[in-house]
Amino acid sequence: MGKMIKVGMADLNLCQAPDAITTLGLGSCVGVVLYDANTKIAGLVHVMLPDSTKIKNNENIAKFADTGIDEMVRRVVQAGASRTALKAKIAGGAQMFAFSSENDLLRVGARNVEAVKDKLAGLRIPIIAEDTGNSYGRTIEFYPETSELLIKAVGKSIYVI
Amino acid sequence: MANLELDAMDVVQYDVLKEIGNIGAGNATTALATMLQVKVDMKVPKVALLDFQELPEILGGAENIIVGILLTLSGNIDGMMMFVLERDAAHSMVNMLMGQDVPLDAEFSEMEASALQEIGNIITGAYLSSLSNLTQMSINASIPYIAIDMAGAILSVPAIEFGKIGDKALLIQTEFGEKDTQVNGFFILIPTLDSYNAILTSLGL
Repeated sequence: MGKMIKVGMADLNLCQAPDAITTLGLGSCVGVVLYDANTKIAGLVHVMLPDSTKIKNNENIAKFADTGIDEMVRRVVQAGASRTALKAKIAGGAQMFAFSSENDLLRVGARNVEAVKDKLAGLRIPIIAEDTGNSYGRTIEFYPETSELLIKAVGKSIYVI
Repeated sequence: MANLELDAMDVVQYDVLKEIGNIGAGNATTALATMLQVKVDMKVPKVALLDFQELPEILGGAENIIVGILLTLSGNIDGMMMFVLERDAAHSMVNMLMGQDVPLDAEFSEMEASALQEIGNIITGAYLSSLSNLTQMSINASIPYIAIDMAGAILSVPAIEFGKIGDKALLIQTEFGEKDTQVNGFFILIPTLDSYNAILTSLGL
């Protein structure tokens, strides 16, 4: 059994089997796992916002879907993963509060998911599994050994995608 | 016009923001005590500039299950106000208010969730009206929204708002608590950066 590597909000990190990688309490943010099933190298980025080009203060590249995923690809490939073998699993992007109005900040979960999907499509990285949307928080753990993404949510049994 | 830089706040600015927490939460705590007919103490407010990573730690860690009641603010002050309770505390408050004895680890019924929303509405209203009086600024609060979930997930909502301007969140956090009756929780005021400037300016800084 390897160790569990933690990724915080607006953060990213790498991991290789037998280690696993996790991020706790994803709300409207999206956890994006990129992995190469052969080399068993994976990366996880905890994306907070869809688009770095719309934000003035964008030095923290892990915070955004566009720059965060680019950086993650660069890092996993540098660590020895095959660029063409890369696959993705994503989770999160919930709407934590049941806002009724058109208020924009409320839909940020859905916009994050959309931005992540667009970015991955642009890079031709297939999304193998996703658990996004709804209104609850998620803790996710990815095991590069089996390519399994384990999801824990309050009041639900643990499931694997 | 005050020009607040998140990373370079001076002592006076900190003290003023702390005093805002003091006055706001003081009124809110009084409203809460009146409503529940119990004595409720309040701690000294904390003004904290936190990295996103540290944010969930103020509420017992990213996976700690909390009850969060959130209002969005608009008008002269933009931002969010949160009223946060541990699950047990939320149950004891609802029990007190509704004269019932539901176990502290039970699920919240729809009625109980709506009672919590109403508690949140009244006491954040008391907080915000004292802030509005103090600064002579108009503050419009949304209806209260409730979520019962992991602290990290709930805090992602205000964190994302702050993420648009930086990598840290500045919040005015006041803890209230009553040992015997388990009424305890937090008020968290999270104005936008512009609103911090507006607040400080209105107070002559």
